[in-house]
Amino acid sequence: MEKISCLMMGNQAIVRGAIEAGVKVAAGYPGTPSSEIIDTLSKTAPDIYTEWSVNEKVALEVAAAGSFAGLRSLAVMKQPGVNVAADFLMHLALSGTRAGMVLVAADDPGALSSINEGDTRLYSKLMGIPLLEPGNFQEALEMTKWAFELSEKLKSLVILRTVTRLSHASGNVITGEIKKEAKKAYFEFNGNMLDPLTGIVTTIPVSVKHSLQHEKLQQAGEIFESSVFNTYVGPENPELLIITSSICNLYAKEAVDVLNLDSKVAILKLGTTWPLPSKLIQACIQKTKQILFVEEIQPFVEENIKVLSAGFPDKFGPKAYFGKLSGHIPMTGELNPDLVIKSLEQIFTLELRAFSSSYKKKADKTLENCTPAREISFCPGCPHRASFFTINKVLKLDNRNGFTCGDIGCYSLGILPGGFSTIKTLHAMGSGTGLASGFGKLSQFGMDQPVISVCGDSTFFHSGIPPLVNAVHNESNLTMVILDNSGTAMTGFQPHPGLSTGTGGEPAPEVDIEQVCKAMGAATCICDPFDLKKTENILLELLKKKGVNVLILRQICTLSPEKKGKKYFNILIDEQKCKGEDCGCNRICTRIFSCPGLIWNKEKNKTMINDILCTGCGVCTQICPADAIKAKAC
Amino acid sequence: MISKKLKHDPYNLIITGVGGQGNVMSSRIIGNMLSSSGFYVTIGETFGASQRGGSVMSHVRVSSKNVLSPQIPLGMAHMVVSLEPVEAIRVLSSYGNPDVKVICNTQPTHPIGVISGRLDYPSQEKIEKSLKDLSSRTWLFNATNIAMGIGDPIFANIIMAGALSAAKELPLDKNNFKTSMETQFSADKIKQNLMAFDHGINMVNSQ
Repeated sequence: MEKISCLMMGNQAIVRGAIEAGVKVAAGYPGTPSSEIIDTLSKTAPDIYTEWSVNEKVALEVAAAGSFAGLRSLAVMKQPGVNVAADFLMHLALSGTRAGMVLVAADDPGALSSINEGDTRLYSKLMGIPLLEPGNFQEALEMTKWAFELSEKLKSLVILRTVTRLSHASGNVITGEIKKEAKKAYFEFNGNMLDPLTGIVTTIPVSVKHSLQHEKLQQAGEIFESSVFNTYVGPENPELLIITSSICNLYAKEAVDVLNLDSKVAILKLGTTWPLPSKLIQACIQKTKQILFVEEIQPFVEENIKVLSAGFPDKFGPKAYFGKLSGHIPMTGELNPDLVIKSLEQIFTLELRAFSSSYKKKADKTLENCTPAREISFCPGCPHRASFFTINKVLKLDNRNGFTCGDIGCYSLGILPGGFSTIKTLHAMGSGTGLASGFGKLSQFGMDQPVISVCGDSTFFHSGIPPLVNAVHNESNLTMVILDNSGTAMTGFQPHPGLSTGTGGEPAPEVDIEQVCKAMGAATCICDPFDLKKTENILLELLKKKGVNVLILRQICTLSPEKKGKKYFNILIDEQKCKGEDCGCNRICTRIFSCPGLIWNKEKNKTMINDILCTGCGVCTQICPADAIKAKAC
Repeated sequence: MISKKLKHDPYNLIITGVGGQGNVMSSRIIGNMLSSSGFYVTIGETFGASQRGGSVMSHVRVSSKNVLSPQIPLGMAHMVVSLEPVEAIRVLSSYGNPDVKVICNTQPTHPIGVISGRLDYPSQEKIEKSLKDLSSRTWLFNATNIAMGIGDPIFANIIMAGALSAAKELPLDKNNFKTSMETQFSADKIKQNLMAFDHGINMVNSQ
């Protein structure tokens, strides 16, 4: 390597690309695997206006304002956030943009940190937005940089689609020059109504704007024909052509290497995937008789190339197509080199790659006998464990088969045994309270189960407010429990409007959740979830009350930068008092509460404290009926 | 120019453990050390939604030729560094092979299934035997206890990095580590980290 490279995460490379392009405005809402982009910009680039917006739709609008005022702008979100922003996105695609504007959408194939497997690429086709997909770390930088130029040229938003394995993986990146240019923001609107740079910015007249949008797409397609981000590597007339995009490019390369197929297989890596570079694809497909599509989530490239082939039957000719639609690539889940190896072995009828089968047998047996599964649970001392312990208990005490509608955040784990399987529905941001609002209106059909919704503090602002308004106005019956841990904890403690700090850590006016709920007319109270008895009593009363009740359970996340390391108590076991299995308590602390800060010592028949993990919240001291767990002030 | 040679190219290292043990930090430090020596380094990892307390794994791939896939193909790891003993076994079952080497912290972190009594955690003897059975060379020691001596269990990740350097599988040395530390940490932190790194070196050299 001649030039000096540094190790960068895909997301950092995207940040660097945006900075090199001279981005001035960046907005987003936290969501794995996209969060590091705005986090990094806010910490490293003080001359850029960076904002954690209340939700993704507003983030896209804030960024668009920058573009309309002549500043290069960036909006960042994970794929489900694109769904939230979709309404404005469609209108923005039609109205067009001014200074370069890029939407970075981070998809999560395999749902590693999500509860769905959405594919942003379909929005590009649905809404007519040019689409780029970086295929390695260097491209993450260069493509981001180029995306701004492309956007400016077309006066259209450009989508850059990344995936978890690129965003959160790291590789060598060579950086370029940073564009330094002072720009004054000014929104021009006095020109001709249809002038994209001086007129009003809107989607009307739709017929004109829609035609213009198609012209832009056609222009994008022509530019893409000669893009350096589309590469062909391999023999001139391969037995098989792999067509791939995104990080799958590296899986395809590795698979070809491992199987020593480089003399037989070529790889066409597409960096520009909507609109597809039709002529380039035709030229490459003519070189071969067999094509394998390697891509994640939807068969997007596969289906659209098949559409192209129907339009140019003489150019494409009869070919054998392999991919998701033929069953050679799985329809769901993320890919990896092994899955591509497997499909190549199938196509070339190769013998399966030789593993030491005796080793594999031995390893699998050890795994079965010697490796207890590690279920995901709340962290030691997590306020959510205490909250769900009480919610679960109260629903049982209430004895009317009440249930809890879940929402998006760490507390989604309330659906698992570690959260006492408390959550019974789990969908999109804010949906828990929307569903509860609906359930709470079903009494006229005989439904007599009480309904609780749980919602995090950041989620409350993101999309928890409209369903609460809905519930109040429509006189629904529900109890909304706001699990307020003072930050957007799951994604790395980004601030939200309920806190007194802004995106860059500066002081900011806080919007008080309690006042907001009271102003809506919901009966609202606050309690510390670590106080189990008090929380239980309040919640039990609320379930009996008609109307819309809000209980804010406020306790800072144990891992938050403000709290980290600080114990409330030192926790000790009184070994005289702990009778273990002989107590009659059914080992409530370890068997039921199951905080990782506790250890069940089978030999001693006693519970012990894991001093490395215990964070000293003191909750287990309240659940031990034998008073064997003691809290001492630190 | 790369003056150091790799034992295998690409060299596939897996760093595993339980979320919260500093797995990501450890892979970044090792990755940066190798990258600054001129190698192509690709690190694949997952983190984000509540990985804390769950099994976590970073794939660190080193090559003098090119950038690689962030996922190592099955059965192709050369070295597994594990911050938690059963996690080492879990990784070997997918990525191990008869030639793989293992450096493992023996301090268990019990899954909630074990805390609740639904599952059993294997004995130290059973773990040691299994790891030895599944690798060509194994280094085992309690890095967490040593780390507590330095002042924080989190230093176990640096102790493991030191151990990896002493295993002489990858071109990592203490000077390299020091330089890498200096770009990331304040002076007071560096002292503790260097101490941790030395402890790791000693653990491997004494076995």
